[in-house]
Order: sequence, then structure tokens, then C-alpha cells
Amino acid sequence: MALSNIQFSKAELARYNRHIIIPEFGEEAQLKLKAARVLIIGSGGLGSPALLYLTAAGVGTIGIVDFDVVDDSNLQRQVLFDIREIGKPKVEAAKRRLEALNPYVNLILHNTHINSENALEIIRDYDVVADGTDNFPTRYLVNDATLLLDKPNVYGSIFQFDGQVSVFNYVNKNGVRGPNYRDLYPTPPPPGLVPSCAEGGVLGVLPGIIGSLQALEVIKVITGVGEPLSGRFYTFDALNFESRTFNIKRRDDNPVNGKNPTIHKLIDYEQFCGMRAVEEKPVKEITARDLYNWQVTGKLFKLIDVREPSEYQIAQIGGELIPLATIAEHADQIPRDIDVVIHCKSGARSLKAIHELEEKFGFKNLYNLKGGILAYIDQVQPELTRY
Amino acid sequence: MATVIIPTPLRKFTNQTARLQVEAGTVGEIIEKITFDFPELKKHLLDPQGSIRSFVNIFSGDDDIRDLQKEKTPVNESSVISIIPAIAGGKY
Repeated sequence: MALSNIQFSKAELARYNRHIIIPEFGEEAQLKLKAARVLIIGSGGLGSPALLYLTAAGVGTIGIVDFDVVDDSNLQRQVLFDIREIGKPKVEAAKRRLEALNPYVNLILHNTHINSENALEIIRDYDVVADGTDNFPTRYLVNDATLLLDKPNVYGSIFQFDGQVSVFNYVNKNGVRGPNYRDLYPTPPPPGLVPSCAEGGVLGVLPGIIGSLQALEVIKVITGVGEPLSGRFYTFDALNFESRTFNIKRRDDNPVNGKNPTIHKLIDYEQFCGMRAVEEKPVKEITARDLYNWQVTGKLFKLIDVREPSEYQIAQIGGELIPLATIAEHADQIPRDIDVVIHCKSGARSLKAIHELEEKFGFKNLYNLKGGILAYIDQVQPELTRY
Repeated sequence: MATVIIPTPLRKFTNQTARLQVEAGTVGEIIEKITFDFPELKKHLLDPQGSIRSFVNIFSGDDDIRDLQKEKTPVNESSVISIIPAIAGGKY
């Protein structure tokens, strides 16, 4: 929409007064915010503060992509939600909260898993994207989609105590395009070198800081006020309170927009991130209901729980606790003459444990509890605490 | 001696030490020394061929060593070398 067609009501002028009276910002920057269409991918730890601040700031149209539902364990960091929203789709919970915050903002909900089939369609209609996702395949997907569609991508990422921010694919006032995620990190780590969600963890305040910085950069990209964090890469170590800003550059060998591009459309990002290879090694599985049958019929078997002691305290289903990190040193305590079921929270760590025990110690009697203790709680024992 | 800043995810391999002081002439020598002193760092920093992994960035001062002289980038007493691995959030 052309800026000349946009006007503020008196109520809006009053609301945005603290922006408008900043000399470098003024009514013009506020009009640019109202005219802008911003897509926030992920409404979790990073998306929550970004959405709250961008809505409060008066961005005219905000799209939200999330497929998930609100869980109690989200509330430690996802400040957009409260206990009344547990079990409800995040995009709908977000809409209720954000509409109550600023009725002048048009919210568009994408209650879906962004993937190679729908990403271009979803992103196409927006001016700026902010990536607040939580996994490598989606990072590369969003990066490539924004390159193919020529959109700036405000990147933020966190892990435990570390945060990162940059503005990718930004074209500056002189028409010079900045680097993107593939220039910074050409390939992702293989799955085995990255701790999974439950082992990783994150301090709840950190996404608040990093997501707020993403909101700041989105506003700068839209309004042209200040110097966006393009060609620069900000890192924050919350543990030692150290922040650094590094210089980054475009690379000639970038496969999407380097000198000789080889990627002209979206690819299979799970395969690119090496996740298919892991899935191809099948292990024996047991469902929660079948495990329950084994338990009540008195079948001779052993149940091992590879979660952490803190998780065991929340809910347990009678397994012997051997955390994943210590599974190899306890291998000699695991029987080989009866069936052994291994479980974790949702099935990923127990899969790792089984791979390790099969490869290093030659076990052949191991079953992975499909869906982990969460599936058991849902299907067998709903009175246990989900987390 | 040059200062090497270890990111939090890798500190479990350096006895929780955040900063290492290393006597070396190049970034390559620094990597060689710290992976010798802390062998578990090796698979996180180097691929099987011994090259720095493409999901680990090493900065000398404010600049990516890929934009300098890569592993041959010289270091001195006042150099600060930062190791910054890719992170993606809670999940893989």
C-alpha cells in the first residue's frame, strides 16, 4: 500500500506518540510500520517477544506461522501465552493476546508446519521475515525461501546461554546485498553432534533478549532508521555477559546466490541436514499400549528410562533410570536374554541409546517405546504429569 | 599468548573453561594445540580430514578467518580468537 494512502486515526496518533516524537523516527517511520507486512516464523521463545513488541509498535500486518499447541513447559519462556491457553493452537492463543494489545494490527494466522511445499506461498506476501524457529532444517528452508523471494530475513537463534542475531539478505541504500545464513554457516552440523531438545535446554530470559533484538532489527529494516545488522553477526553469551559483533561477508560458493548457483528451488531440508540417514536405520519399536499389555500380563522384560533425574521426578513409569549420557558405561547391566524396552520423553534419546548399544555392544533385544513417556501418558496413564 | 574464547556448548570439553591462553603463531596452530589438550573438542571442530567444520566459525578479532588467511591467519599476543558454532534453538 502506498504511504500516501495511509492515515492514522487520532487514537493511533495518541498511541504511537512516543515513537512519533523521536526526531529520527517521526510520523513517516510510523507510517512505514503501518504499511508493512511482517512474517514471524515460530511463536515460541523468540517469536513471543518479537510478536509482542512488533504488535505494540504498530506494524500494520503481522503473519504468524506455528503448527504447535501451547504446553505448560512452554510458559517458562514463551511469554505470549498463559495457563488458560494450554492445549490450544499457538497461533490462536497469540491472536487473542495480540488483538487485546493492539486492535489496529491485522493478524494473519498460518496454523501449519512450514515446509518446502508451502514456504514460498506463505512468505511471498510479506515484506520482511523474522526466523524464530528451533531446528536446522527450518533455518535453511527459511533462508533459501527468503533468497528465492528476495526478502530480508531477520535471524535470531539461541542455545542454552548463547544467542545469535543477524539480518540476512538485506539490500542497503546503495543497492548492495548483504550475506545470508549459508554464507555464515554453509552446512549444518550432523544430528549426532547436536544435543537434542531435552538435553539442550535454554535459559528462559535469553530468547526474550534475542527475540526483542529481532523485533528491533525488523523495525529498522522497515523504517530505514539506523543501520540494520546486515553483514554483521551479533553473539551474546549470557553466562559471562559478553557480546560481540563480527563482520561477515557473502561467499562466491553460496549454492543459492553465489557466483554459480546450483539451488534454484527449495530442496529437502531434512535430507540436507542429514536427518533421513538417521531415520533409515530402523530399530524395533513398541507402542505404549503394547508396553502396558506386557506390564499387566506379567511378561518377563526390562524397562529402562534414559531421561535425566529431573525428568524422572516429574513422571515415571517404572523404568530403571540410566541417563543417555551414561548408557555405555552401564551396558553390562542391561540383560541380553530377555526383551528390553528403552524410553525417554518422546523417543529421540531412546533411539540414540539403542543405536549406541546395538553398534558398540551388539545388543539385539532392544525396543524403543514409540512416542516415549508422553505417548504412555496419553494412551495409558493420563493422571501422570505431562511436561 | 593469544586468547581463545570457547562457546558455552563446547565448555564441557574444556573443563568449563571459557577462555584459553594459547602460545601459537597461526589460527591453525591454535586449533592443533587446543584439540591436543582437550581431545574431545576435536570431533566438534575438525572433520575427519582435519579441516575446520563448516558449521563452526572462527573469528580473529572481528573477522571471519575465511575472509583472512583461513588456518594460516597469523595471531599474536593480543589476538582474540572466537569459536562460534551454529546453533538452531532447542530442537535439532
